[in-house]
Amino acid sequence: MLKQTEGSQAVAEAVALSRPEVVCAYPITPQTHIVEGVGALVKAGTLKNCEFINVESEFAALSVAIGSSAAGARTYTATASQGLLFMAEAVYNAAGLGLPIVMTVGNRAIGAPINIWNDQTDSMALKDSGWIQLHAETNQEAADLHIQAFRLAEMLSCPVMVCMDGFILTHAYERVDIPTQEEVDAFLPPFEPVQVVDPAEPYSIGAMVGPDAFTEVRYLAHHKQLRALDLIPEIAEDFEARFGRKSGGLLHTYRTEGADTIVVALGSVNGTIKDVIDAMRDDGHKIGCVAVCSFRPFPLEALRDALHDALRIVCVEKSLAIGIGGVLASAVRMSLRRLYREVFTVVAGLGGRPITRASLRDVFERAEAEALDDVTFLDLNWEVVNAHLARAREVRKSGPIAENILKAMHGEEGAEIEEAEAGE
Amino acid sequence: MTTDPAKTEPAVGAGAQQTAPQKVRFYQTGTHTVGNRLLDDAQRTVQASMDRSNAITSGHRACQGCGEALGARYALDAAMMATEGQLIAVNATGCLEVFTTPYPETSWQIPWLHSLFGNAPAVATGVAAALRVKGRDNVRVVAQGGDGGTVDIGFGCLSGMFERNDDVLYICYDNEAYMNTGVQRSSATPPAARTATTPALGDEPGNVFGTGKNLPLIAMAHNIPYVATASVADLHDLERKVTKAMGIHGARYIHIMVPCPLGWGAASNDTMKLARLAVQSGIFPLFEAEHGEVKAVQKIRRKVPVADYLKPQKRFAHLFKGEGDVARLAAIQRMADANIKRFGLLDGEDR
Repeated sequence: MLKQTEGSQAVAEAVALSRPEVVCAYPITPQTHIVEGVGALVKAGTLKNCEFINVESEFAALSVAIGSSAAGARTYTATASQGLLFMAEAVYNAAGLGLPIVMTVGNRAIGAPINIWNDQTDSMALKDSGWIQLHAETNQEAADLHIQAFRLAEMLSCPVMVCMDGFILTHAYERVDIPTQEEVDAFLPPFEPVQVVDPAEPYSIGAMVGPDAFTEVRYLAHHKQLRALDLIPEIAEDFEARFGRKSGGLLHTYRTEGADTIVVALGSVNGTIKDVIDAMRDDGHKIGCVAVCSFRPFPLEALRDALHDALRIVCVEKSLAIGIGGVLASAVRMSLRRLYREVFTVVAGLGGRPITRASLRDVFERAEAEALDDVTFLDLNWEVVNAHLARAREVRKSGPIAENILKAMHGEEGAEIEEAEAGE
Repeated sequence: MTTDPAKTEPAVGAGAQQTAPQKVRFYQTGTHTVGNRLLDDAQRTVQASMDRSNAITSGHRACQGCGEALGARYALDAAMMATEGQLIAVNATGCLEVFTTPYPETSWQIPWLHSLFGNAPAVATGVAAALRVKGRDNVRVVAQGGDGGTVDIGFGCLSGMFERNDDVLYICYDNEAYMNTGVQRSSATPPAARTATTPALGDEPGNVFGTGKNLPLIAMAHNIPYVATASVADLHDLERKVTKAMGIHGARYIHIMVPCPLGWGAASNDTMKLARLAVQSGIFPLFEAEHGEVKAVQKIRRKVPVADYLKPQKRFAHLFKGEGDVARLAAIQRMADANIKRFGLLDGEDR
């Protein structure tokens, strides 16, 4: 049913339609509205046969989820940012135990400095944990991906993270088609785990595996993700056949035919990128874009096919691998192995900085002119940066960058203190 | 209410029914032990039963004289008996986890799940939630860990599980340090004890005084239905407390003292003796509490000075060097005496 709704609410309803049996909730912006929404559906009796558990931390949220999933219950939780890092140990553990938990990540920056706004540093920090990571471009896709995620997770016995940009998606009201319970039930069969903790068949789960078998266990986890490269498009096709819309899959291409320049990005920023591409196409630029939906497993072959005919690639990334540059760009380069293509990294939208069409068009045109650095920071305020760097050259003092900038900006007093300290 | 099992039911510990043809009063010198054959069937230990489940079967890799292996076996077999075999165990990382499950082997005859060091209570909550949602309320959940996994790294999750009153019995096997990683201090390590991170060096060798936490009391502060301390010194009592706990729904906590020959620097055949001396000196009080109120204590039958308990342990050897560390020995004795007073562990010292 079409309705005008908040992204978080749409996801909550899609999760509820997937009939989770255990949902663990711990608040963290910008994910909180999702678990609130699911909790309300449980409390109102709309979502039946579901244990909604308010826990004391994200680490507990995923730990409870590990227990309930291992005992055979379809399990869901959601988190973001610091919360995802706080549960990091359990994130790896859930994947290692092959538990098909579905978790939403409302993508948000990681502190310090503390920042509640959107970028994708959080999910990037756990990209190699063994979870499948799917990125939603729109709220419709976010809702649909959750329904697909349970099926994928349970087919593979592998947890799935559905990443959606905080605020930009979680808090945005837009039109979303929420399917009916009958449609979802027909698409998503009940959870039937292979192995659970059960007195009827007393297994030991979670033993200590030594050097003799650890590599094999890890290879098989990798193999599971490679299998997902086939399953993700299959599930998306079946979803399209039943629900009548494209959602999910490995990646989406947009106006890439005949494109010399192709932009690659994850998540909601693809909407803005498409607008820029439309405008540039109108002006005769040969440019298109690829939205990568499945970041783990990373679709090396599908992306290689999509990028093959382009001359240059611009990766717009809402995260920064400090000390090297782009996370996405590294993966894109790997997909282009033995092909010579320029790959530029544009780091954009960190900590929620708006990514404007004008700024994107500027970097895309500079890329076309091959006048772009390998790593570019969109709309970086060079005045602030250079002032700080100049001070840092003179005063060799450690300290938090954000606070140091403020101290210097507060004029004479700050300067005097710095001089005094420098003279010590 | 205060009970005195030593006085009223000397042979079998508190709570057992006196159905033997004649009242048995038989002590081995200095122990509570009585041969099972002298008891009525109903009074015998679970371990003495042909139907015991052998939850941890033989062949595991615990050290000789391991108190934790002993405590866990008695606790889980009692829980299995109480639940008619409908039991799932969740285990924190630690000695018990490592010595029972070197892949591809396992000592567990019951469904058993290990996730992480600090999350066993939360994982158990999840298992219990799954059982509830699936209508399998007859299957019960026990979570267990050592003192590090319980009082330190798992403390947040444990408090959360208590606070929600989740249907989990959590058992802490307290050997008073991180033994699995090589005997480092935990917040259950007693004052003056030498560990790898509180070495017996300097002016005040060993662990500092005035630190640490008392988890049974903290558990009681959560107002959960049942909290008990137990010891491998009295396995009858330990089984009884586990059985009682499994008859209650909601969050329950049993804190079992389990000597560690390796970490304590004690002879492996002294495990029971040390556990008994800890109880009889008052340094480890045995009590039961319901909804935050102490309901029963096990009286000290023959009080011993704490020095008797400390001296056989190399971790306290520095207290007995030369003239002896009189001041610090006295301080530990005061701790034992305070326990005796607080819990009314001696006749004439009722609470």
